[in-house]
Amino acid sequence: MTTADVAAVDPAGTEVLGAAPVPPVIDLRALTRSFPGDPPVVALRPTDLVLQEGDYLSIVGPSGSGKSTLLNLLGLLDRPTGGEYFLDGEPSHTVNERRRTALRAGRIGFVFQAFHLLPHRTVLENVMLATIYAGVPRAERYGRAVAALERVHLEHRLTFRPTTLSGGERQRVAVARAVVTNPRLLLADEPTGNLDSTTSGEVLDLFDELHADGLTLAVITHDDDVAARAQRSVRITDGLLEVLR
Amino acid sequence: MSRLSVRDLAVEASHGIGARPGRLFLTILGTVLGIAALVVTMGMAQTGAGQIARQFDAVGATQAVARAGEAQTMGGETRARTTLPWDSPDRVTRLAGVEAAALLADVDVAGARISAVPIVDPTAVAGVPPAVVATSPELLAGVRATLATGRMFDGGHDARSDRVVVLGSGAAERLAINRVDSQPSIFIGEDAYTVIGILDDTARRKDLLDAVILPLGTARTDFGLAAPGELQMRIAVGAGEVVAEQVPIALSPNTPENVEVQAPPTGGELQRNIRGDINIVFIALGGVALVVGGLGIANVTLLSVMERVGEIGLRRALGATRGQVATQFIVESVVVGLLGGLIGAALGVFVVVGVSVAQEWTPIIDMPLAIGSALLGGVIGLVAGAYPAVKAASLEPVAALRGGL
Repeated sequence: MTTADVAAVDPAGTEVLGAAPVPPVIDLRALTRSFPGDPPVVALRPTDLVLQEGDYLSIVGPSGSGKSTLLNLLGLLDRPTGGEYFLDGEPSHTVNERRRTALRAGRIGFVFQAFHLLPHRTVLENVMLATIYAGVPRAERYGRAVAALERVHLEHRLTFRPTTLSGGERQRVAVARAVVTNPRLLLADEPTGNLDSTTSGEVLDLFDELHADGLTLAVITHDDDVAARAQRSVRITDGLLEVLR
Repeated sequence: MSRLSVRDLAVEASHGIGARPGRLFLTILGTVLGIAALVVTMGMAQTGAGQIARQFDAVGATQAVARAGEAQTMGGETRARTTLPWDSPDRVTRLAGVEAAALLADVDVAGARISAVPIVDPTAVAGVPPAVVATSPELLAGVRATLATGRMFDGGHDARSDRVVVLGSGAAERLAINRVDSQPSIFIGEDAYTVIGILDDTARRKDLLDAVILPLGTARTDFGLAAPGELQMRIAVGAGEVVAEQVPIALSPNTPENVEVQAPPTGGELQRNIRGDINIVFIALGGVALVVGGLGIANVTLLSVMERVGEIGLRRALGATRGQVATQFIVESVVVGLLGGLIGAALGVFVVVGVSVAQEWTPIIDMPLAIGSALLGGVIGLVAGAYPAVKAASLEPVAALRGGL
């Protein structure tokens, strides 16, 4: 279904971008987020950022710098107060809540620091949960979930409950859940924050594999080792974004 | 875009419910008790009414009594406004619905001694003499009495004013008479009366068992009986209303209002009356229990929403709409309520059956009522879950994701 949707928005994307045949996955134009108050708190100053398909971006910065604000905006969990955000060529800043929810289900996969796996459900059920909301036909769900778990090398843990898995395995389940819907973008928020160095390595290796397969990744981290894996890196300080590489 | 199918919804909701069995038990307890109270109340009322109606059917529903109406005189005495005719039994048995009838009258023997021997025994313990009752020969059919031995007097005895009596079983025992083939006599005052039969039992007028019963004609001749007292009638089932209307006219065509008839109401009316009395109080109690049960569900569901903030955030991040999140919590709450309703209704039915078995009654429960009660549990869940569901849907995904899972 993703490919069909991409085809549908393609003409609009080409119009905006001129010659480029495929729109960038992320295209931020003076994106701003401020919180009301006296004076208003600007969490993200006007930001321009373009992430092409297949890019691997790390976002670093100290706590409270605006990293999470940027991730929430990128993940369509929060609305910007100014500027434009084209996700896959679609102007996400103008569409209604329903469409944003649909975009979230179909285009974006999330990986959280605390894994966010349902403790009473099996690994397989946790992964299949994402397919329910993405509108994957029931007949395809099992096969795709198993394929996603094979991709993160957990095909031997299908019927396990998350509580019996190690931290690294749990985060790999979360990654499987994020990629099972074939998203255009994988957003990871401190994916190694709850892991030790060994299991961190597992997850980061997995990210490298996904990147090699052509997936677009944006990883928020304060760990320089994690950031070093990404080919591109930006730093946010006090809501101001600077490109490192 | 993606609509959550009913099946997906059911699966997600059932997992949400089943995750904490201990809490589920406490959540449904209120509803279970409320619904059970409701079912027991109504079931017991129906069973009780059925039971009472059954007892009434045996005698009460087929027995009617006619008496002369009474009026207060100026002096404050009560006097009969009319007298029943001596041929009352003939008149009323011609009516549809009256199967048998007998006239009865209390006889005043003016303090005459009643004994088995004509001797005044000064050493005998003074006792209350048995009552003397005059009846028409149809007594056995009219009050459903049976004879232990001997025979009933007939129209001939009545017409000739023969000095014959039938004794009630109690009276016979007191007079030391237990057989009639030797033609024993009793004495009322100085006069001897031949005992021709002994009553065994009677369904109505139990006082007859302790009485000396003689023919009306004899009572009129010997004791100057002026008027019959009452007319006992055995009627067909359901004929009460007709009898009450027609008997006064048959007995006193010119002044039917002077004749009072006690006839049983029809069975359904009786049951309804009884059921109505019992129901109101207990339905109110059941209603209170249900409100408490509903509040329990609302409370626990709200708590559950607060606990599952992380899960709600995750679902929203995975692309669940607010509506889908709200629907899931509503469904969970409805299922919990329905579960409570089902268990409560089953429990209630068991209690009604159990009590009925202990009392040797026939349990009566409307099936629609039991099923309706179970469904009522679902409705309570729906109402109770509405607010928590709205609360869950209104959570911002960003804030919700901060909560762990």
